[in-house]
Amino acid sequence: MKILVCITHVPDTTSKIHFTDNNTKFDKNGVQFIIGPYDDYALARAVELKDQLGASLTVLNVGEAETEPTLRKALAIGADDAIRVNAFPKDSLFVANQIAAIAKENGYDLIMMGRESIDFNGGMVHGMVGELLGMPSVSPVMKLEVDGDIVKMAREIEGGKEYLEAKLPLIAGCQEPIAEWKIPNMRGIMSARTKPLQVVEASVDGVNTEVIAYQLPPAKGSVKLVDKDNVPELVRLLKNEAKVL
Amino acid sequence: MSVLVYIEHAEGSVKKTSLEAVSYGKALSDKLSFGEVVAVALGSISADELGKVGSAGASKVIHVNDNKLNEGIIQAHADAVAQVYNQVGAGTLVLAKSSLGDAVAARLAVKLNAALVSNVVELPDNTSGYKVKRSIYTGKAFAETVVTADHKILAVKKNAVDLKTDGTAAQVEEVTLSIADANFATKITSTDKATGEVLLPEADIVVSGGRGMKGPENWGMIEDLAKELGAATGCSKPVSDIGWRPHHEHVGQTGVKVAPTLYVAVGISGAIQHLAGVNSSKYIVVINKDPEAPFFKAADYGIVGDAFEILPKLTEAVKAQK
Ligand SMILES: Cc1cc2nc3c(=O)[nH]c(=O)nc-3n(C[C@H](O)[C@H](O)[C@H](O)COP(=O)(O)OP(=O)(O)OC[C@H]3O[C@@H](n4cnc5c(N)ncnc54)[C@H](O)[C@@H]3O)c2cc1C
Ligand SMILES: Nc1ncnc2c1ncn2[C@@H]1O[C@H](COP(=O)(O)O)[C@@H](O)[C@H]1O
Repeated sequence: MKILVCITHVPDTTSKIHFTDNNTKFDKNGVQFIIGPYDDYALARAVELKDQLGASLTVLNVGEAETEPTLRKALAIGADDAIRVNAFPKDSLFVANQIAAIAKENGYDLIMMGRESIDFNGGMVHGMVGELLGMPSVSPVMKLEVDGDIVKMAREIEGGKEYLEAKLPLIAGCQEPIAEWKIPNMRGIMSARTKPLQVVEASVDGVNTEVIAYQLPPAKGSVKLVDKDNVPELVRLLKNEAKVL
Repeated sequence: MSVLVYIEHAEGSVKKTSLEAVSYGKALSDKLSFGEVVAVALGSISADELGKVGSAGASKVIHVNDNKLNEGIIQAHADAVAQVYNQVGAGTLVLAKSSLGDAVAARLAVKLNAALVSNVVELPDNTSGYKVKRSIYTGKAFAETVVTADHKILAVKKNAVDLKTDGTAAQVEEVTLSIADANFATKITSTDKATGEVLLPEADIVVSGGRGMKGPENWGMIEDLAKELGAATGCSKPVSDIGWRPHHEHVGQTGVKVAPTLYVAVGISGAIQHLAGVNSSKYIVVINKDPEAPFFKAADYGIVGDAFEILPKLTEAVKAQK
C-alpha cells in the first residue's frame, strides 16, 4: 500500500499579513512558515495508517527551494521520503497537474491532502487531482479507516456528518478530528536529515489565473462599549444603529 | 453566452447561499451583458422551492429530478452539471462556496477546462481584461485575480452580492441525464444530522460560546439567546475539542468560516485563529469579563462583564424589543 500526502508551506496561523512591491508581493519578512494545519491532520492520520498497515508514506510539495524545511518536518513526523516539484505554485490547476503527473508515475493507493490551504483557501486541489486521475475525491474527511481495499470515512456536512464508503484508490481532503497533530521527536528529526528528498521539475505548464495585486481589508473602527448594567442599550444599538435586528 | 448557476439544497429546500449565487449570476450577466441566467438543480425539489430560484434572478431552471442525485455525491453532481453546462452553451458557472460546491467546482474546472476562482467577493471587472476580487488568507486579505481562460467558474462567498428577489417565475425544464455508474463509486452509508437547526454557514446571526462558558451544562443560555435571535450556534475550537459541543459548530481558521450580519461571541478570547473564521461578519458583539480580551479590538459593540449575568438579560431584552 502506497500513501501520498500533499502538503502546503504556508504562513503560521498567527501571522499578520502584509504585502510589498506596491501590493504585488507577499511580505515574508518575520513570517514563520508551517505545514498547512489541515495538511498536518492528513499527515498525522497517514502516519497512523502507515504503522497500522505497513504502508509506505511519501510527502509532496509543489514549491520553490524555501519549502524544503517544511518537507523535512514532514519527514521528521514520519513520512519515508519526500518529493518537491520545483516550481512556484501559480494556481490550483497548475498544482493539481503536477500532483497528478507524479501520482500517475508512482501509482499511490491513497492520496491525502488538507481540506484547504490556508493561504488561498481554495479547497480545490483534491477535486482537481481526482478528476485528472479519474479517482473519487472526498472532502472534508473527519474520520478515515482502511479495511482491505475499502475506505470508510466520515465527512463533515453542514449541520452534521455523513458516513461514506469507497474503494481504493481514493483522494481525501482531511480535517480534524481525523487524528491529533503530531510533534516530531528527536529521533524523527535526526532521521529526517538523511531520508530521501527528491527534486523534480514541473512537467505540465499552463495557468488560468494570475494574481496582479493584493489588498488588506479596511481597519476596524473602535468598539462601542455598553455598561453591563444597561444590557437593553445593546439591543437598542443593534436595532437602531446597526439595523441588524 | 449564458450563465449557469449550480443550486444546492438540503433535503429539498434550496440553500439561501445558492439563491445569493443566482442573484450574483443575474448581476454578473447584467453587468457584462451576458445572456440568460440558467440554474441547474439536482435531485427531488418541489416546484415551490424551484420558484425561489426564479425569483432570485434565473430565467430558466433545469431540474434533473433523479433520486440518485439527492445526496451530494461529488462526481455524479460534477458529471450532471458538466452535461447541462455544455447543453446550454454556458460560458460562466456560478456557485456558492461550500464544501460540496468546492468539490464539484474543482472537478468541473478540469472537465470544462475552465478557470476556477474561489471566495469571490465582488462582481468581476472587465474594463481591461477580466478581473475578480477574492478573499485570501482566511479573510485577512484580498487578491485581485486576472482570469485568462474562456470558461470561468466563480465560487462566491456569502454576502458577495445582496439576494434580490423580484417574484418573477422561471421556466422550469425537467431534464433526464444519463450518468455513468462509475460516478457513484463513493457510497453514503448513513447521515447523522441535527434537524431543525439554523445551519451555521448559512446563518444571518450566529451566537458562539467559548471556554468562558465553563461547561456544556451552561449552553442553554447560548441556545436561549440564539433562539430568540433566530440564530445558529457556534463555538471556539477548544470547546469542540473537549466535546462540549459538536464539531460542526467549531468556528475559525480550522473550522467553519462564517459571514453573518451579526456575530455574538460570548466568553471567547478572540485568538487570531478564531478571528480568521469570523472576520467577514458585518457586525461583531463581544461579551467577555476581561476588558483586555483581544476580541474587543475586532468588535463593533461589547459588554465587559460576566456572561452568566449578561446572557439572561440580553435574551430578555431581545424578547422585549419584538
Ligand atoms: C493552528 C491552529 C489553529 C486553530 N484554529 C482555531 C479555530 O479554528 N477556532 C478557534 O476558536 N480556535 C482555534 N485555535 C485555538 C486558538 O488559538 C485559541 O486557543 C482558542 O480560540 C481559544 O478559545 P477560547 O477563546 O474559547 O478560550 P480561552 O482562550 O480560554 O478564552 C476564554 C475567554 O473567556 C473569558 N471568560 C472567562 N469566564 C468568563 C465569564 N464568566 N464571562 C465572560 N467571559 C469569560 C476569558 O476572559 C477569556 O477571554 C487554533 C490554534 C492553532 C494553533
Ligand atoms: N503547492 C502545493 N503543494 C502540495 N500540495 C498542495 C499545494 N497546494 C495545495 N495542496 C494540497 O491541496 C489541498 C487543498 O488546497 P487548496 O485547493 O489550495 O485549498 C491542500 O491542503 C494540500 O494538501
